[in-house]
Amino acid sequence: MENALRQKAKELLESGDVKVVIGYGWNRAKTRTTPVFITRPADVDKLVWNPLCVNNLSIYLTRKFKDILALGKPAIVAKGCDIRNIVVLITEAQIKREDAVIIGMTCEGVVYRQELWKGGLKPEMMPTKCHNCDVRNPHVSDFTIGERSTFTPPETPTGMVFDKIKAIDAMDASERWNFWVGEFSRCIKCYACRQVCSLCYCERCITEKNMPQWIETSAHPRGNLSWNLTRAMHLVGRCTFCGECERACPVNIPLNLVNQKMIQVVDSAFEFKSGYDEKTHPPMIVFKPDDKDDFIK
Amino acid sequence: MSGHTDTTGHSGTTQSGAFEPKIMAFVCNWCTYAGADLAGTSRMEYRPNVRIIKLPCTGRIDPLFIIKAFENGADGVLVSGCHPGDCHYTTGNYHARRRWIGFKKLLEFAGIDMRRLHFSWVSASEAIKWVDLINNVTDEIKNLGPFMEYKGLK
Repeated sequence: MENALRQKAKELLESGDVKVVIGYGWNRAKTRTTPVFITRPADVDKLVWNPLCVNNLSIYLTRKFKDILALGKPAIVAKGCDIRNIVVLITEAQIKREDAVIIGMTCEGVVYRQELWKGGLKPEMMPTKCHNCDVRNPHVSDFTIGERSTFTPPETPTGMVFDKIKAIDAMDASERWNFWVGEFSRCIKCYACRQVCSLCYCERCITEKNMPQWIETSAHPRGNLSWNLTRAMHLVGRCTFCGECERACPVNIPLNLVNQKMIQVVDSAFEFKSGYDEKTHPPMIVFKPDDKDDFIK
Repeated sequence: MSGHTDTTGHSGTTQSGAFEPKIMAFVCNWCTYAGADLAGTSRMEYRPNVRIIKLPCTGRIDPLFIIKAFENGADGVLVSGCHPGDCHYTTGNYHARRRWIGFKKLLEFAGIDMRRLHFSWVSASEAIKWVDLINNVTDEIKNLGPFMEYKGLK
């Protein structure tokens, strides 16, 4: 698969169709993968493909990375879950489908704790998203590399995140409040969750608007709650549960729980799953006259 | 908006010492504000605990307004606008409704007591509905007491 990927990258660069291939390469110690940007056909051997390729590279297609867009037309190495983010970017008019060549990789899952990985890939090493993945075969791509996956996701989603959401839903309001205030109290306002998210592409984030200061910038419980609720709210109907925010969080706030919860809310209220169809509008910019409003008196 | 927060922990008390809640109402210019105005010009009396903020449309109400209201010491928040189909801007309240469906579930999941956040449709002619709404919401929040969970975030 790795060789096929390098071959395809070489072809694309040599033909001049694309100017840069965004993919995964080894870090210096060969313990993790890191994003690489290949501009010369001779460098394609730097591309790798293995279960450590966790990063969601779709972020490099957004306007956050103008220096990468300036290189010219990109080809991006993407797993199915990353392609879902690219599809959201297309539905939100951030990129056009023809602006990027998508090299879709069939995927059997990635590793949750990369620092502990010794080799091989067993289900217990994978994050929740891989256990329930229905895009192991890329659903939108120009080229697909790898053998077709025969995995079918379980009918009811399983995994740690879903179990925890059920547990939190079963709590009463004050227990939930204490749980979240406790989790958010660790937040240091580094905004890593925002920086790593390919859907947080605002040129100026609400937290940087200080006339007035909407969200307190100090790492104070009140501002922490405000920031984390606002971040979650801005991702409603858009988040694809790629899990990058939680992976990037230096203090391990379980952001996957709140994101997955909102995915479930959107699915039950608007029957919408983000990142599958590039022609459908995101749910928060459209409406139905008969949306359920039993809570509005 | 200045960042004043009531640090004493309680919103206010009457002369007799009973708790009087602070309630923020975000209302739209065309229906609910006109409804409240009708209540006023009709000389209807209702609880004085509500502070009204008039916005062009419910679609203008950012969820962050509600968070900010709680941050600045509100014990309850009320959001109200035109009935579905009656929006002055045709579709603003439909978009707002979608947002509230998500936002309400998010706050529920975060453990905020949903008896402190009320949503309503009040038209320009529904002064009586407005008066009843304010009275009911005020009484309910008065029974709950001050929103110490949020004010206690220190």
